[in-house]
Amino acid sequence: MSNAVLTGTHFMLGDHACAEGAIAAGCRFFAGYPITPATEIAERMARRLPQLGGVYIQMEDELASMAAILGASCGGMKTMTATSGPGLSLMLENIGLGIMLEIPCVVVNVQRGAPSTGLPTLVGQGDVMQARWGSHGDYEIIALAPSSVQEMFDFTVLAFNLAERYRTPVILLADEAVGHLTERVVIPPPEEIELWERPRPTVPPEEYLPYATDESLIPPMALAGEGYFVHMTGLTHDERGYPIINGEAHERLVRRLLEKIRKHAPEIIRYEEVLMDDAEVAVVSYGITARSALRAVREARRQGIRAGLLRLITVWPFPEDQIRELSRQVELFVVAEINQGQIRREVERAAAGQVPVAGVHKLGGTLITPDEILEALWVRKP
Amino acid sequence: MGTQTVTPQAVQHPYTRYLRTDRLPHIWCPGCGIGIAMGAFLAAVDELGIPQEKVAVVSGIGCTGRVAGYVKFDSYHTTHGRPIPFATGLKIARPEMTVVVFSGDGDLVSIGGNHLIHAARRNIDLTVICVNNFNYGMTGGQMGPTTPHRARTTTTPYGNLEFPFNLPYLVAAAGAVYVARWTVLHVFHLRESIKEALQRRGFSFIEVVSPCPVGFGRPNKIGEGLEEMRFYREHALIQNGLHPKDAALSFRDRIVVGKFVDEARPSFLQVLEDHFRNASRDPSHREG
Repeated sequence: MSNAVLTGTHFMLGDHACAEGAIAAGCRFFAGYPITPATEIAERMARRLPQLGGVYIQMEDELASMAAILGASCGGMKTMTATSGPGLSLMLENIGLGIMLEIPCVVVNVQRGAPSTGLPTLVGQGDVMQARWGSHGDYEIIALAPSSVQEMFDFTVLAFNLAERYRTPVILLADEAVGHLTERVVIPPPEEIELWERPRPTVPPEEYLPYATDESLIPPMALAGEGYFVHMTGLTHDERGYPIINGEAHERLVRRLLEKIRKHAPEIIRYEEVLMDDAEVAVVSYGITARSALRAVREARRQGIRAGLLRLITVWPFPEDQIRELSRQVELFVVAEINQGQIRREVERAAAGQVPVAGVHKLGGTLITPDEILEALWVRKP
Repeated sequence: MGTQTVTPQAVQHPYTRYLRTDRLPHIWCPGCGIGIAMGAFLAAVDELGIPQEKVAVVSGIGCTGRVAGYVKFDSYHTTHGRPIPFATGLKIARPEMTVVVFSGDGDLVSIGGNHLIHAARRNIDLTVICVNNFNYGMTGGQMGPTTPHRARTTTTPYGNLEFPFNLPYLVAAAGAVYVARWTVLHVFHLRESIKEALQRRGFSFIEVVSPCPVGFGRPNKIGEGLEEMRFYREHALIQNGLHPKDAALSFRDRIVVGKFVDEARPSFLQVLEDHFRNASRDPSHREG
């Protein structure tokens, strides 16, 4: 009947796979603004959504795009926007609103060389910390880093699931290389795609407290038009959703927002380990760079270095427990990323001086090659 | 046969059911006009008989932005300048709802100015009620995009060097299908105008001129709210159908009010319905 899920094997662009993942996850509202190298996501959504009764709307800027996906999510739709670094800078204002109001939505950032206008058509991974801390104040964020076109599809579905379950904006932290890569992607039949939905109130409106939670710390979400008369405000608010301006209320609310993610971090955090069982050197990488890292690790093994790969799937929350664990096993961490050490510092923090941490870094514009990582493994080998 | 004692009953305001009474008292200053504008809106909803659960109010930041916190509809107090795009998403997700943006001039026209003109251009099905008090009240009376030339504010201590927007002209040029301006003295006209706007398809905009005795009245020696209402009575001129270009407000001179634009043009959602019909016939991308 419906062509929502394009079940089958395709030779597909990463950005298009992202759009198809969103559609397969049930996204029927996309608000966006063209920006290289994420434009193909918007173009695909503009063509596909109307076929499915969904809506693509091109907003006047990224501020508006982000605001629109929050509004549509409050109406009950699964919503997404897609951008690159300069656009993410503008979206961070309303990403903060989404975190404070606990509105599920997905923000795709196909990273390019930065800062400023930087390298619009070339790769970068420099927005890792922007994704983590870019909006003002203390908050937790979920960010996923796909390494392949298949993962552009899979992780977009996952991003929606996490956004819905934890009632929070989720960032898909892709990069230009993965976004513009065309390769094989297998789209499963719809019944094999597991979808999670946001928690909804089970009590009548007169008993509903919009921000009251059980031990899950995730409040059920009433949608607009259901007679719950929800009030949502970016001001610090109480369980009724009403503004309350004092330190105690702020502590209660923001603490819960932080704990909501931290408490569930063990279920949220995902990573892949390759050849780590007996590894003495751990290469930590993510996104497109993880593919070079995998090649380097395999080559290092051939050359007699017991190397392994820890590939981050959730860049945020950061798997610091696993790094701490590995600190007891390995003699060296090598972090490969197309930035000046944004995740390396996280690894250093988690390793806490137990194990040296080296980095293979570039500024953006070109990929890190397997040889460059391999060289770092040789140099550090005692 | 004794005399019956009549116990005076507590008088309920007729629109109490549309208010979050547990949030009262409100934060607005004595003499402020925002409450009157909000009352006119509630009266309009009531008289049109729109079911309460089918109304959503979206506000930005500022004094008028607090309206969302007092009305008992689905109500969203969003970020500074962004209520219109937030409401755009909400309306598309819930086309059966009446979605109203209630915010101030600084929020809608300065930081949110780009969203305002683009919403008018795409003729999205929203009603925007813009309370214009000529300054940023919440932050203590600074100059804004509607502050009259030469007016004094805390950031124009020697008088405003700049010139204000003529809001009806701006939104009409951008494509709004319904444009009106009233003062909070014109409660009857305002209510009727809001009723009309809520029934139009497309982007409707009502500017509500309001006193701000603390932020704008005091530094400009305008006096309290009552004096300002007297000023409206003496200086307001109803000119329905006037070309919005001629509807500019001048500082302490006549105030042109009325309905300036009321025309039909396919709204975003009307066009979208056709769009669906066309796109569902598009065979491309069926196979990815």
